[in-house]
Amino acid sequence: MPDSIFETSELVINMGPQHPSTHGVLRVVLRLDGERVISADVVIGYLHRGIEKLCEQRDWMQIVLITDRMDYIAAASNNLGYCETVEKLMSLEVPKRARYIRTVLAELQRIASHCLWLGTHAMDIGAMTVFLYAFRERELILDLFEEYCGARLTYNAMRIGGLPLDIPPGWDAKVRAFCDILDTKVNEYEELLTHNRIWRERTRDVGIISGQDAIAIGLSGPALRGSGVPRDIRKDEPYAAYADFEFNVPIGWTGDTYDRYLVRLEEFRQSVRIIRQALDGLPEGPIIGKVPRLIKPPAGETYHAIESPKGEIGYFIVSDGKSNTPYRFRVRPPSFCNLQALPRLVKGHLVADVVALIGSIDIVLGEVDR
Amino acid sequence: MHLHGTALWTLHPALCTLHYPMIETYVIPLLKILVLLNAVLVAVTYMVLLERKVIAWVQVRLGPMRVGPHGVLQPIADAIKLLLKEDITPARADRFVFTLAPIVSMVPALIAFAVIPFDSEITLFGYRIALFVADVNVGLLYIVAATSISVYGIILAGYASNSKFPLLAGLRASAQLISYEIAITMILVSIVATAGTLSMVGIVKAQLEAGVWYAFIQPVAFVTLFIGGLAETNRAPFDLPEAEQELTGGFHTEYSGMRFALFFLAEYANMIVVSAVATTLFLGGWLRPFPNVEALSFLGFVPGWMWFLLKTFVFLYVFIWIRATLPRYRYDQLMRLGWKVLIPLALANLVVTGIVKVLL
Repeated sequence: MPDSIFETSELVINMGPQHPSTHGVLRVVLRLDGERVISADVVIGYLHRGIEKLCEQRDWMQIVLITDRMDYIAAASNNLGYCETVEKLMSLEVPKRARYIRTVLAELQRIASHCLWLGTHAMDIGAMTVFLYAFRERELILDLFEEYCGARLTYNAMRIGGLPLDIPPGWDAKVRAFCDILDTKVNEYEELLTHNRIWRERTRDVGIISGQDAIAIGLSGPALRGSGVPRDIRKDEPYAAYADFEFNVPIGWTGDTYDRYLVRLEEFRQSVRIIRQALDGLPEGPIIGKVPRLIKPPAGETYHAIESPKGEIGYFIVSDGKSNTPYRFRVRPPSFCNLQALPRLVKGHLVADVVALIGSIDIVLGEVDR
Repeated sequence: MHLHGTALWTLHPALCTLHYPMIETYVIPLLKILVLLNAVLVAVTYMVLLERKVIAWVQVRLGPMRVGPHGVLQPIADAIKLLLKEDITPARADRFVFTLAPIVSMVPALIAFAVIPFDSEITLFGYRIALFVADVNVGLLYIVAATSISVYGIILAGYASNSKFPLLAGLRASAQLISYEIAITMILVSIVATAGTLSMVGIVKAQLEAGVWYAFIQPVAFVTLFIGGLAETNRAPFDLPEAEQELTGGFHTEYSGMRFALFFLAEYANMIVVSAVATTLFLGGWLRPFPNVEALSFLGFVPGWMWFLLKTFVFLYVFIWIRATLPRYRYDQLMRLGWKVLIPLALANLVVTGIVKVLL
């Protein structure tokens, strides 16, 4: 109101780094007019641990363990991305059984990550029960991982060339049982949210981003597919054992928060579908290929990306062929790239939408800051 | 000692003559106020436990289990904890208003109980005691006046904290206030028109005469008042002023210790007030179900105040249930709901009530 007799001024508000809904130590500086957001500046770096530099100091095997610490919600996906990159660099052949188990692990991880996303996202919008329901299912996955590799969060579950461990006896039956549980639980989430009037009002037409803009910003993963771009690396450039399985890539229509929500919910079902196929077709055989005792990739560079739960996680690795550490190690983190869309998404929306949108793009600060 | 005894002895006949008027005018009302205040405060603290328990059950958890069997002593532990906590006033806060705000929030919630009739009359120790502190002839108006004041507590807290998140919460609270208060008041007017009285006791008696609860005569008003009540008490899905996920706790961000506890208790006290008012207006207060059906007269063995508490409890349970289930409305959506749905609905209801009243 420039011509008004009242003097109004903008309110600058610091959301984070200690704020219940910024999912970690994200800081968003909001300039507000009333409750309407004029602009938002994202301030990151509170969780920077110098992981890329650290990886250039460790030998090739130790790096697997460091990649756990990036997206700690989906550690196995990080492991998978890194191991495949090095395998590509060394032209290693991974046994089929290892690739199948890797796929199962990655998909379980996707479900776990989406569970955490769903819970926190719903919590941000005020539906607190979904949070505990989603965590209940995530807990089952953590149990499965614990049984597989002994860890519940940072798994260190893969090795260059294959896997350190075969699946324990009876584990596949437990995974199947979990898939059956999840099938009914996803319907439960849908019952609570999808057709809930308040949920729809809160998420529909909030933070719309068109497919073109999404590509221009560099969005990936469900955030990109929510805008109607059918890009899924599992489908487009199959890795692990994805080429052997049938699954659909759900895409959204308008690119709003509701679409991104629907895409992720459908991914629960598709992941279950992939896991079932992988367990059905699980071949016998070794779990690790012919890997030299000392891993020393030949000189060269490569980029390899996989579809992590949050989007395209890519590793760019340069090896000089002499030392037993990478010469250059660079990660393309989906959270970091997706976060770039936030200022654009929140513009013109209300404070309440800001938290909905932070949840909607599904970031994890460990990966943003590295 | 001897003198004292004599004095008592000499006074005693006088006491006997004063017996009836004094007790009836002073002692019984004071006792009633004392009992009511304590009962409300205990009820409020146990509402917190009930809410935690019920939400825990909804969320397949156990809730508080450590303090006492099944956590029944949890409210006491909470109270001790809050009393012992350091009571911080932010350096740049408006000290007077900052202290005043929780009081403004709590007191109206408590004084509103004065006119709520828990039962008509019971006989205790030979005295006929009406189970309400006062039957004010403008009781409903009094409640509306008292409960609207408690929102000022939130607005003042938001202002006095001199902090940005509480300020936003204060703004939200005032926007919320004007959105639903009008609708609620219009609903109450249509109830008054139906009953022909503003007295809370009168309204229950009118329902007894009509032979039916007003929830059946005025279903629209019933639903509207309930939704308005959710907004009035800042409960989910309208808990915008304290939206933790958005405003880091909203208006009570800067509060700690007992002053924070007062806000907390005020919210629950307000919930009980709204439930009690809704019970009185729509569910026939202390009346048993279907008061006019003779076949159900065996239900009369349950005393009226038990019916009252039971009905109030149902409302409170629904309050908790809704909180466990629904996401939160956004500020502009609440305003839209208030202005575009509730107020026209309340107005239409009032007009229809008036027309029916005139025609019959």
